[in-house]
Amino acid sequence: MGAVLELANVESSYGPVQALRGVSLTVPEGKIVTVLGANGAGKTTTLKTISGIIAPRKGQVKFRGEEIQGRAPDRIVRAGLVQVPEGREVFPLLSVEDNLRMGAYTRRDADGVAQDLAMVFGYFPILRERARQEAGQLSGGQQQMLAIARALLARPSVVLMDEPSLGLSPKLTKEIFDIILRINRERGVTILLVEQNAHMALKVADYGYVLEVGRIVMEDTGARLAEKEDIREFYLGMKSGGVRGERRWKRKKLWR
Amino acid sequence: MLGQSLQLLFAGVAQGCVYALVALGFVLIYKATETVNFAQGDMMMLGAFFGLTAATILGWPYWATILFAITVMAVIGMGLERVVLRPVLGYPTFTVVMITIGIGYVIRGIVTMVPGWGTETHALPTPFGNGVVRIGGAVIAVEQIAVIGMTAALVAALFLFFRFAKLGVAMQATSQNQLAAYYMGIPVQRVNMMIWGLSAGVAAFGGILLAPVAFVHSNMGFIGLKAFPAAVLGGFGSVPGAIVGGLIIGIVESFAGFHLAEGFKDVAAYVVVLAVLLVRPSGIFGETVSKKV
Ligand SMILES: Nc1ncnc2c1ncn2[C@@H]1O[C@H](COP(=O)(O)OP(=O)(O)O)[C@@H](O)[C@H]1O
Ligand SMILES: [Mg+2]
Repeated sequence: MGAVLELANVESSYGPVQALRGVSLTVPEGKIVTVLGANGAGKTTTLKTISGIIAPRKGQVKFRGEEIQGRAPDRIVRAGLVQVPEGREVFPLLSVEDNLRMGAYTRRDADGVAQDLAMVFGYFPILRERARQEAGQLSGGQQQMLAIARALLARPSVVLMDEPSLGLSPKLTKEIFDIILRINRERGVTILLVEQNAHMALKVADYGYVLEVGRIVMEDTGARLAEKEDIREFYLGMKSGGVRGERRWKRKKLWR
Repeated sequence: MLGQSLQLLFAGVAQGCVYALVALGFVLIYKATETVNFAQGDMMMLGAFFGLTAATILGWPYWATILFAITVMAVIGMGLERVVLRPVLGYPTFTVVMITIGIGYVIRGIVTMVPGWGTETHALPTPFGNGVVRIGGAVIAVEQIAVIGMTAALVAALFLFFRFAKLGVAMQATSQNQLAAYYMGIPVQRVNMMIWGLSAGVAAFGGILLAPVAFVHSNMGFIGLKAFPAAVLGGFGSVPGAIVGGLIIGIVESFAGFHLAEGFKDVAAYVVVLAVLLVRPSGIFGETVSKKV
């Protein structure tokens, strides 16, 4: 199984604030890979760097062997790499249907778009019912469904998902994760899933990384990560102290 | 009495149409880039001069004149975005606004230097002549009816464009959530450039429509001082609001100019804006959903 997406020593900053301090990870074709980390660890920054929203200061992002770091976001979408952003980011005053059409902005094949529209309505029947409604009027869960559906309309081979469970009830979270799993299994879409909710993420992920203060501090298969003592304590039991110990976690808290 | 009111109404709506078109330009650019383009009035003026050139020097028919002015201004609008505005992206709003004011000065300066344009006033020939239509007791100029009809046609075309065309929906999407637009692979910069082109084209159309009502001259861009409150009145950031706001200001001016003492005409627009903002601080069509950048 080849790697579709590879990050090598990626460093990204916001002005003087260095958010990523050399992140390397590999996403194999057809798999679900998760990146776990507390608030502020650099998860969103990692995904923004991959999507071309910010250019890394150092390091490479390789998509299917080609370096894409620093490319314009629309070229990256056209290449087949789409993100479901943190906090859904729907177009609030556009109808659900127009939001979906914007997901297909980079495409020219009207027939394919119509097929994919039917496909996402199959995954999320509620979106068909609400097709004419403004996206801003949907509930949080429905907006998350819309954000996922909108990304699928680009017909991506890789989807980046930034905390899809954020702010959702456990029941809705489970629903969303079931669909993420189905999209991966039924459509062969590779998924890079970023989460604070390690419990759900490790259930669906083939492989996982743990990100702390801009660095990968641990990696293993999803099943084995779920077994590890410190992951269980810190991410699954939500006790204090990071994988690298108490001090770092305290410092992180201060930064927020 | 009724006939006279109808007459004032038509005159006001015709003038208001031009305010509306300039206000529309303000709003389109503001929604997309959060920048108030204070050169909007001067872009209208420049468009009118291009129309004038096509009509008088090239001798083109009216319709060709309109298309020419819109096209040239659309290109200039896109060029301004690309060359002047894009490099200052991310600078404080104040800086960007000062730059648009500067663009206005430069346009006015250039126009006065162009041979044949200069500082004189020019009349733009129109095919509408001096015909009048009598409705009840009112005598209404065909020119005014034409201005209203053409504005209505443009607004309808814009409505269809924003509602159904992929690019039009993408312009709305980019205005509502720029970050999400990037994530969807919408080329945000190019879309913003086209919005500048669209605003400049709409301004040119307004400039040509203003020509039967007023003369073409290098200071006609100061009409922006009326169009700006029109945009505020409608709820800055609302497209229907810009149009309604423009019409209201045109109508108020028309009636104030007739019924009130000299000088009240220009103040009346601002009085109405203040009164409306006291009741509805976000304007008539003020949006409640806050924008994400
Ligand atoms: N726009 C920004 N400007 C400055 N610093 C930022 C910005 N966004 C994130 N950061 C900082 O970068 C670090 C990583 O943030 P982020 O990638 O959003 O973390 P996560 O998604 O894991 O919660 C944090 O320390 C955060 O404060
Ligand atoms: Mg985040």
